[in-house]
Amino acid sequence: MSETGERKRETLFDLEEMELNFGPQHPSTHGVLRLKLKVDGERIVDCYPIIGYLHRGTEKLFELHPFFQNVPHTDRMDYVAAATNNLAYVGAVEKLVGIVVPPRARYIRTILAELQRISSHLLWLATHAIDIGAMTPFFYTFREREIVLDLFEEYCGARLTLNCMRPGGQPYDLTVGWVERCLAFVDDFPSKIDDYEGLLTENRIWKKRTVGVGVLPPDVALDYGVTGPMLRGSGIEWDVRKAMPYEAYDEVEFDVPVFQNCDTYDRYLVRMEEMRQSVRILRQCLERLPDGPIMAKRPRVLKGPKEGDAYHSIEGPKGEIGFYIVSDGTPNPHRCRVRPPSFMNLQVLPPMVQGQLVSDLVAVIGTTDIVLGEVDR
Amino acid sequence: MDNQVVTTTYDKVFNWARRSAIWPMQFGLACCAIEMMAVLDPRHDMSRFGAEVFRATPRQSDLMIVAGTVTEKMAPIVRRLWDQMPDPKWAIAMGACATCGGPYRTYAVTQGVDRVIPVDVYIPGCPPRPEALLWGLLHLQRKIDRMSRAETSRQLRAEGAG
Amino acid sequence: MSDRDRDEPGAPPPSDADEEARKAAEARAKAEAAARAKAEAEAAEAAKPAWEKMPVEPEIEDAASDPLVRALGRSCGEGAVRGASRRAGDLAIEVAAGSLREVASSLKLDHGFTLLVDLCGVHYPQREEAPYEVVLHLYDMQKNRRVRLKTALAEGESPPSVTPVWAGANWLEREAYDMYGIRFEDHPDMTRILMWEGFNGHPLRKDFPVEGIDTGSAIYPEYYAEEMGPVTGTGTGWRPAPPPEPEPEPAAESDEEGA
Repeated sequence: MSETGERKRETLFDLEEMELNFGPQHPSTHGVLRLKLKVDGERIVDCYPIIGYLHRGTEKLFELHPFFQNVPHTDRMDYVAAATNNLAYVGAVEKLVGIVVPPRARYIRTILAELQRISSHLLWLATHAIDIGAMTPFFYTFREREIVLDLFEEYCGARLTLNCMRPGGQPYDLTVGWVERCLAFVDDFPSKIDDYEGLLTENRIWKKRTVGVGVLPPDVALDYGVTGPMLRGSGIEWDVRKAMPYEAYDEVEFDVPVFQNCDTYDRYLVRMEEMRQSVRILRQCLERLPDGPIMAKRPRVLKGPKEGDAYHSIEGPKGEIGFYIVSDGTPNPHRCRVRPPSFMNLQVLPPMVQGQLVSDLVAVIGTTDIVLGEVDR
Repeated sequence: MDNQVVTTTYDKVFNWARRSAIWPMQFGLACCAIEMMAVLDPRHDMSRFGAEVFRATPRQSDLMIVAGTVTEKMAPIVRRLWDQMPDPKWAIAMGACATCGGPYRTYAVTQGVDRVIPVDVYIPGCPPRPEALLWGLLHLQRKIDRMSRAETSRQLRAEGAG
Repeated sequence: MSDRDRDEPGAPPPSDADEEARKAAEARAKAEAAARAKAEAEAAEAAKPAWEKMPVEPEIEDAASDPLVRALGRSCGEGAVRGASRRAGDLAIEVAAGSLREVASSLKLDHGFTLLVDLCGVHYPQREEAPYEVVLHLYDMQKNRRVRLKTALAEGESPPSVTPVWAGANWLEREAYDMYGIRFEDHPDMTRILMWEGFNGHPLRKDFPVEGIDTGSAIYPEYYAEEMGPVTGTGTGWRPAPPPEPEPEPAAESDEEGA
């Protein structure tokens, strides 16, 4: 009799696991990510990410252009954080050929990188909130993001693909009044962060959707090479800005926020606190901005050493972004490898979503803060 | 009967309705998608032109904004999405990559989305500013205004679909 | 005044010895002045900040005596560590291909390099016997140091996968396979990751043209048969429907056929 009972249940409910395709066109995949899901009812049993839908051959193009002309290609990898990509690339080239950057250029770079971190985190907050169903933060954060983009535009003429750094220093000095306008933004912005937090931090729906969702234990995070806010949300205090200071980060005071609960909510708190710390760094840099040259003395055509390589990495908004450049004595790099933080952070998605509900998947994708341009390059 | 009867042509009514409520598809490929989002923000506010209802499914949308690089791996999916959109439908190629491959003359990139789908408006820029996308939208609206029902059905008959 | 008096034509001409001594003294004074000026310029140059001088390329130093390299040489057996160098503060260790995993797990378990930062391939076509290289970047959080592992590979040689040591190596190794054709042994899922299945060739190899190749067989005849089809265009096998063919003009066509 039990057999017939079993058969009856099977006819009522299909107990088989179902395969579900997710993307590459899906509003919450932040681009062209595709996931093959195995679901048991509403529970995710397995997840297999398929990437490469935005692979554009950037690393091949790096090998075909001189060191100076490669800066624009770095803009278009992590396109919401172009300044930090530029910074990592020019840092690697400077390490390769031994250029020392003048202090004013170092400070300007730090300012641009921190503004970029704020702009990237604002975009993350907007999309993450939309994915979970909160529309209002989008309008709030994009209002402030436009101000940051205006500052970028005034400095280098572009909003998104900045191309604002060169090996050896900065291409332009700050325009007249830029520092004052940036200081006005810095004065104003913390109250805006309070606004966002007022919308979300104690919001019951927000907490229901994020607390305990997408847990990433610290040992798993280390095993998968996760860096950036993801790692700090898992209770590991590590930040390239503190560990191996570059540019002006050893001369400014800031804290590295760390939260212990390893879930989506804590990663949200990490990023909110990072924005406040960015404001702190910005204020110190703007007040101490030294005078002097902005470009180091360097040959007009930069040739790499006959033999030699260099790896330089910085703390981008997504995590450690590094460039490994191999030189062969020509003006072009022999090999220019990007260490993409989004790529490594996306890889940890399957262990994070296993056992979660399908609706939590979008929350977890949002919290990894991936940019497909960087995942696929 | 004063001021109660309006005489107009069939085309004018339809074109007015179509251009005033374009529903684009929520579909971003690369960098330009970020500027496409910026068009919706409080400063640029695409809803002034009636095109803010981004639909997540192709079956409810009538404008495809191809925002970003179309790769060889993505091209068949773009085409499938285009085929799933109901007629009448339009396409905007936003940015250099979607127009002609942009800076990426490489093994992985389709050299322009017009190799895959028919494009109505091309917007230059890398990426175009949000104002440029609005310009493209207004341009498309002018194009829709010139549409003729008779012409369309003649074309469809010629293609064997009407 | 006395000098001028001496130079007057009425005065007796100076002797040769005097003339020579005067010239030598002048030359000495000139040389001294030049040396002084040079030293001053050098001092000024040295006092200049580093960014006003032409960049000096970092030298490659031998680092075989580094304690980490020595410890690895002892623990991983003879021949595992082939050499070590240091450039601009980066320690690079060359490892034999066969003992890559052994060295990596020793670095993780005994020396605290818990974070796999990066793994990538490099192609050196000028190196005859070992044209490929796998490069790993590791990081030690406790001691805040980095190390770079390099493994030279012959064409077709398979290094052991380091996925058992770091789970994060999975995608990185798949990417190295996709871009360079380096197959990792014991990898759980050795498939292409960025390019589609059926793509011909490995794009980051130096002999792969940037705009793609029409067919893999032109460049890798041993791997790809002639009929694999084109890669460029819409390489996924999908093509837009061809335009309707115009009415054939039999006269012209048949003429050509006949000729």
